[in-house]
Amino acid sequence: MDFMTSVGVWVAAFLTLSIFSFLYKDNPFYKFAEHLMVGVSAGYWVILLFYNVLLPDAIDPLFTEGKWYYIIPLILGLLMWTRLFKKTAWISRYPLAFYLGIATGVAIPLEMKAKVIEQLYGSVGLVAQMHEMDAGFGTVINNVVILIGVFSSLIYFFFSKEHTGITGRVSQVGIGVLMIGFGASFGFTVMARVSLLIERVQFLLFEWLKFGA
Amino acid sequence: MNFFEKMFAIDRRWVYLALGLAILISLLIPFSIPIPISEEAQNIYDYVDQLEPGQAIHLALDYDPSTLAELHPMTLAILKQCFANDVDVVITALHQFGPGMAAAAIDTAVARHDELTGEQMESGEDYVFLGYKPYPALIILGMGQNYRIPFPADYYGVMLDSLPMMQDIQNYDDVEAIINVSGTSATDWWIAYGQGRYNVPLAIGVTGVMATDYYPYLQTGQIFGILGGLKGAAEYETLVGTPGKAVDGMKVQIVAHLIIILFIVIGNIGYFSTRKRRGGAV
Repeated sequence: MDFMTSVGVWVAAFLTLSIFSFLYKDNPFYKFAEHLMVGVSAGYWVILLFYNVLLPDAIDPLFTEGKWYYIIPLILGLLMWTRLFKKTAWISRYPLAFYLGIATGVAIPLEMKAKVIEQLYGSVGLVAQMHEMDAGFGTVINNVVILIGVFSSLIYFFFSKEHTGITGRVSQVGIGVLMIGFGASFGFTVMARVSLLIERVQFLLFEWLKFGA
Repeated sequence: MNFFEKMFAIDRRWVYLALGLAILISLLIPFSIPIPISEEAQNIYDYVDQLEPGQAIHLALDYDPSTLAELHPMTLAILKQCFANDVDVVITALHQFGPGMAAAAIDTAVARHDELTGEQMESGEDYVFLGYKPYPALIILGMGQNYRIPFPADYYGVMLDSLPMMQDIQNYDDVEAIINVSGTSATDWWIAYGQGRYNVPLAIGVTGVMATDYYPYLQTGQIFGILGGLKGAAEYETLVGTPGKAVDGMKVQIVAHLIIILFIVIGNIGYFSTRKRRGGAV
């Protein structure tokens, strides 16, 4: 391991332990590491944006390649900064409106297709799948469970009718299905958080302290 | 105050210490656990495995160092499989804190492949790293028209038109699939703007926190495979025959989960045993 890598490993180990020290209680080491991360992240992003976007996509085409029309997005971008001054803040609404218009036009049809229409088709398609001749017993049971889950969960969020009688009972099933979903999410979340801790302990043990090396 | 009442009122720092020690000890004791392969992980492996040499996939690495623990092993395993099968890889990193880390992951995968086979993978011939641009949704749409629109040059500043691998690759029509390894909502954009707009086959590798949100897309066929958290990473490491950090991590996960379950059980017994004394108040 070369000298600079070695220094990097020691700095990373110090910052890891500083962050972990918060588990005992708040302290200056934790605050230092936290502020350092925020500062480094902001600095990294500014440099990245300058060299990956502003320079190749705006400054170079405009001043080196003579593509004068690049001045239009550049002006729109600069107008966003007028928000910093109270008197001129209204001007920033123009580039913002331009951006929102494009984003909305692009997003609505595609988001609707991917997240509503396809999902709806997927749920309705389960019934068709069960009618197929080669649908196995397992597939049928699986699809019935999904259909009951989708239907009862939707009923739980149906507020135009009071949740009493049959509606109330179906809604109760919906709550059960939602709870199972939340449970699965919680289980995965625990695994994710423990994974982060494991990786840091692996780093401290094997890369910093060199156990088993 | 009996044992369970004491446990119910325990300082949370003892829980952290118990968990930390459990992880530390189980990392130092050598033992192994079986890693059963899920159908959704197998699907991704099989898809990449049936590709012919020279065909290409797009590997979208949309994560930052905060989710490196779960996602880096997936990236390395997928790259290993692609390099071993001579599948070309177009790589992007659309998270602002991702490009440097992605470049390091590529270097690691190249070095490991070199170590294993003695074959040197070349940028521009075997893989192309395009780097980062902001506004992922628009970049995903732009690449669907032509990779050169958002990325005239690669991460290292070499023009795409001059790279041998990119001669036959214009847009998503020229890649066999997109595999998105993500710790952010970029996965939503790949589903809506990549697969949804251009019908390109899409598979995802996501953090454990995100995994349950994306299973409905598997059922509808919008994605053909999913790697969920460290378990997904361990499955892929097993499939490519290189057990690494994820497989090591999974054995520790089991011990950590047992400790957490134990504390949940003790906490619940403590809760119910003291509830009567507290007058049934929650």
